[in-house]
Amino acid sequence: MPNYVTDVTDPGTSLPGSVTSAPRHSPTLRKLRRAGVPALAMTPFFLYTILGLGIPTITVVDLAFRTSSGKFTLANLHAATTGVYRLGFENSIKMAVLTSVIPGILGVILAYAIQTGRSGVMRRLVATASGVLANFGGVNLTFMFIAAYGSQGIITLWLHAIGINPYSHGLRLPTFWGVSFVYMYFQIPLMVLVITPALSGLRPSWREAAQNMGASSWRYWRHVGIPVLLPSILGGMLLLFGSSFAAYATAEALTGGIIALAPIQIGDLVNGNVISGQQNLGYAIGFGMLVVLAVTMILYGLVRRRASKWLR
Amino acid sequence: MATIGAAMSAEFMMEEALAPQAPVNRRRPRFRTWRLIVMLLAGAYFLLPIYAGLKFALENDAGHFSFFAVKALPTEPGFGAAFWLSMRLSLVTVVLSMVLMVPTTIYVHLRLPKVRRVVEFITILPIVIPPIILITGVLGSYPLWLKASPYLLSLVYVILAMPFVYRSLDAGLSSIDLKTLVEASRSLGGSWFATMRRVILPNLRPALLSAMVLSLALVLGEFTMASLDLWETIPVWIVNFQQQDGHVTVAASMLGLIGSWVLLTLIVSLDRSQSRRSLRKTGGL
Repeated sequence: MPNYVTDVTDPGTSLPGSVTSAPRHSPTLRKLRRAGVPALAMTPFFLYTILGLGIPTITVVDLAFRTSSGKFTLANLHAATTGVYRLGFENSIKMAVLTSVIPGILGVILAYAIQTGRSGVMRRLVATASGVLANFGGVNLTFMFIAAYGSQGIITLWLHAIGINPYSHGLRLPTFWGVSFVYMYFQIPLMVLVITPALSGLRPSWREAAQNMGASSWRYWRHVGIPVLLPSILGGMLLLFGSSFAAYATAEALTGGIIALAPIQIGDLVNGNVISGQQNLGYAIGFGMLVVLAVTMILYGLVRRRASKWLR
Repeated sequence: MATIGAAMSAEFMMEEALAPQAPVNRRRPRFRTWRLIVMLLAGAYFLLPIYAGLKFALENDAGHFSFFAVKALPTEPGFGAAFWLSMRLSLVTVVLSMVLMVPTTIYVHLRLPKVRRVVEFITILPIVIPPIILITGVLGSYPLWLKASPYLLSLVYVILAMPFVYRSLDAGLSSIDLKTLVEASRSLGGSWFATMRRVILPNLRPALLSAMVLSLALVLGEFTMASLDLWETIPVWIVNFQQQDGHVTVAASMLGLIGSWVLLTLIVSLDRSQSRRSLRKTGGL
């Protein structure tokens, strides 16, 4: 666009002698000011996020590739993907898959049961409860579960009373399965939250159309319901995967750090239980976790796009 | 981790309230059986631990009902210090996060709608990047004088709270006609400060409240960063104290859970009334 057009639309320069409310500045100064005010207003936010989010993340990536004396190395990454640290990654991924697929399915079933239920009170109650419970990983949840299912827990004692001893079968809380069991307490409500909008997007007319054409309930689900919902369900499960993969507090408080999970190993390394020469190993594990999470989020983005095809 | 839930819940509540009323169901009765089973199982899984936790907290070693654990809690060694540390950290976090996010979000809404996408993306990042990685990065890069202060945690908690704070404020600002309000106030001669204080902020009260409550709940329950930064906040104290007395530990946990449940139920219903108000408004237009 030629320059004078913009000049004409700018009242300050096109009418140099006219009275304007703005103080008299040269055009360049005004332009500077026009760009400067938004930049100035956004500076605190961007500065804060660069310092608080950008620099720590870059530090993790950077130190993952350095020796303790600052030289470039791939040894940390090699150590992070072999031996006990490889096991940590495998356990973390296994647990994240387990605690995203099972709560994912259970969450869909629960959400569907509520969605199709006639009780509006129930629906509101469960929606509120899900919003609240989905926020409860962490230490407090852990001790509630210890009170219930720990070796002296109330439900454990009930089971003893009717002659079942879960602990003699290895079903204890500070184990892989125990931690997974606790995770479901916040994963299922999270799935209910994520999937309910998608479920309410299933139009009754689709079901009626299928019925009119003689489809059984099973065929409706097989050919209409599940295919439409599948991207949303997968998207929800990917979110659950990320949430479970990154979780530290619950597992640490429950097991005291004896379980080999990637976040716990980072915690141990940072806490100073390091073998000399491997100070930056924790950062390498962190870098590995970031890669896994980045892949998860890319998949989530792809699935999300697919999900919006039919729903809304 | 659990952070996704909070961010989702605010958005979800809005969506749910704005969605058209669910169609009346004409279900056949045979569906009732499976629904009943699902609800019973879910009820058992979610309610039994709560019952057990409460019972355990209100019991003495002999198994009799007693308030001894709750009464002993304030005098247990270290609890007082942990409590005050958590309180100070949450106060600093809430104030700092409001001072940073409220003007930014309002400005983006009013003047820079193009930047909204960018801000949205940045504020979602703390959910994607796990706290454990963030804190190792912070400990690996920040100067020693800052690492020596407990308020470093507050600085990082502001980042952790950003997803909820931004989403609450964003939802609140979207539900009012910000531009008209500001133009009206300005054309009546109100200064920017008066417009903020007497027009925008009162209209944003529910959103502000929910942002503050969410960040408060986050700070009071945060364990990962505090424990790696070696500061004994309430959750860290609970974990360190667990060897001493199980009943006291569970009592502290249950108090924490109940407190957060009450706070969060409060803001979830606040969200609901706020979105209902905006629904009524759009319906009336």
